[in-house]
Amino acid sequence: MAASAIWGAGGLGQWSRLAAQQALTQDDLLGFDTFGNVSLVHITDVHAQLKPIWFREPEINIGVGAASGQPPHVTGKDFLKLYGIEPGSPAQYALTYPDFVALANAYGKMGGMDRVATVVKAIKADRPDALVLDGGDTWQGSYSALKTHGQDMVNVMNALGVDAMTAHWEFTLGIDRVTEIVENELNFPFLGANIFDNEWDEPAYEPYKMFERGGVQVAVIGQAFPYMPIANPGWMFPGLSFGVRQDRMAEVVAEVRDAGADCVVLLSHNGFDVDRKLAANVDGINVILTGHTHDALPEPLLVNKTHLIATGSHGKFISRIDLDVRDGEMKGIKHKLIPIFSDVITPDPDMAALIDAERAPFEADMAEVIGQTDSLLYRRGNFNGTWDDLICDALLKQREADIALSPGFRWGPTLVPGADIRREDIFNATAMSYPNAYRSEMTGEMLHVVLEDVADNLFNPDPYYQQGGDMVRVGGMGYRIDVTRPQGERITDMTLLKTGEKIDASKTYTIAGWASVNEGTEGPPIWDVVETHIRELGTVQLQPNDSVTVTGT
Amino acid sequence: MQLTRRQTLLMGAAAGFLATLPLKARATAEDLIADFAGGADIGEGGIDLTAPEIAENGNTVPISVDAPGATAIMVLAMGNPTPAVCTFKFGPLAGSQSASTRIRLAGTQDVIALAKMGDGSVVQTSATVKVTIGGCGG
Repeated sequence: MAASAIWGAGGLGQWSRLAAQQALTQDDLLGFDTFGNVSLVHITDVHAQLKPIWFREPEINIGVGAASGQPPHVTGKDFLKLYGIEPGSPAQYALTYPDFVALANAYGKMGGMDRVATVVKAIKADRPDALVLDGGDTWQGSYSALKTHGQDMVNVMNALGVDAMTAHWEFTLGIDRVTEIVENELNFPFLGANIFDNEWDEPAYEPYKMFERGGVQVAVIGQAFPYMPIANPGWMFPGLSFGVRQDRMAEVVAEVRDAGADCVVLLSHNGFDVDRKLAANVDGINVILTGHTHDALPEPLLVNKTHLIATGSHGKFISRIDLDVRDGEMKGIKHKLIPIFSDVITPDPDMAALIDAERAPFEADMAEVIGQTDSLLYRRGNFNGTWDDLICDALLKQREADIALSPGFRWGPTLVPGADIRREDIFNATAMSYPNAYRSEMTGEMLHVVLEDVADNLFNPDPYYQQGGDMVRVGGMGYRIDVTRPQGERITDMTLLKTGEKIDASKTYTIAGWASVNEGTEGPPIWDVVETHIRELGTVQLQPNDSVTVTGT
Repeated sequence: MQLTRRQTLLMGAAAGFLATLPLKARATAEDLIADFAGGADIGEGGIDLTAPEIAENGNTVPISVDAPGATAIMVLAMGNPTPAVCTFKFGPLAGSQSASTRIRLAGTQDVIALAKMGDGSVVQTSATVKVTIGGCGG
């Protein structure tokens, strides 16, 4: 049997904020008839967001190959229809982009680790030995995480009572810091079955941890982001090799079954489409807790007897999964994607105090108002987002470039029109350990190679060849992309916007960008470039960006 | 003598290196495959080639091949200026017919492995390895 729930009643579109929130209660959000004998609590891709945020889900999220038109590549009205979500409901606000600004006004911010702590405590009141599992991308993404090298998040996740985690951006703190945290500071194991010593090709981290829960053995296997040294700077963790390593996963599943596991849970940072393929090809995994691609799905997706769970990002959701495991088999599953409405869920006082203490040294710097925005500032989406339009504008102007490139990261919360832009908000969109805003020259041919390369990382029909970010964001240049073509043929009609001329393959252009994976990249940190630009603007007003034409969807 | 995994790997690597035969430069992949097969039809199954889907460093890509019962395994990088990578030969006393090495790939391409079995039959498998400039996963 499989059962899952979508919370809340709908039809609240025109109500006042107060009425909307009165219609939602903490009891509704947490209500769950405890089931079976094992409970899992999944949180992932928090990106160091300790406080409630706005986060607009993507409008454009194209699936290719077998994933075409399949969740999570369903957005907007199609998503509402697929999952039977009422227009204007809290579920629409939490899970989709339509009417985002109006609904954000009605329902308020989401997330906050103090609210998450309340939810975890409530689940543990039902099931004291519930396993709390963190899918990674936890120690990076905010001002305080940057300044403390992830210490604020380590302290918070220890206090939350996490039982195991896996990783991606964690490694961008550098291998020495990761080792220090893993060996001395984490109260729980740091798992990665696919992380190997690249000299001897031997496992570098614990692949799994066995837990006895409800009288049964639950194996939690960790899978770190497979493309660490490619998508992020490999020189920061030079001794490690990653990869999907499907055969290795099959071996580890067999190993834990031989060791007596009644139930196998994969805590994964593969990305949803990679996990979909892995589930199809590797037998014996009961549940995959997916991560990396930031998808939030109100129901599990069943692939080859494996239930795929997608819990979203930025602390916006928690998944509770109850399992009935008997006689060495999983007999049933019950699931609920719990949205963390910050105005509805009461903060846990102990966690709130810890968060405030972690932030206190930086509070004055973070709270400084740099400007205002009249535009909705968001990042998530395959091709562009207004946050990156603003960053590209800043690069073009402050670094005097023809063309700007901003990486297709999926992290970074949203700001609604009318909001102040505080320094903290700029860091929420930029805080990472290789922020230098470079200025260099590139031929038109090289630019085309770069765009084709990134496009293939997103639109290769085989998910094992995808890296899970979005398309590199471009300022000062437009192009057409046919997502169905092979690498080298997707990108056409590259045009320099300031002159309207076609990009010349042999001509050299001045490029400004940030987040280069090359060691020794020079330039000011991107947050300084963006802060200077916003101060000059005073109020951000972005024009609609139609410089990218997408076909083949 | 107690052998550690590292020592065993080292010995395996050395053995693989010694068994690597120089192949004539600039031979085309088709010629190499025809020479290796010696007129036998090329089948599938019985050979595993393990390679990363995306190379972490195109200059040193770890691969391994395993073909139980093989007398020789040839590895070709189809997109390299010189496709011949190596040929491993296994004598009758070989405990297993598998080998691991690291190869250099000029760009995204198919790596092909062929095995000649004890009965003279030949099987083939391939894997696509992407060599990417990377940098935008997030």
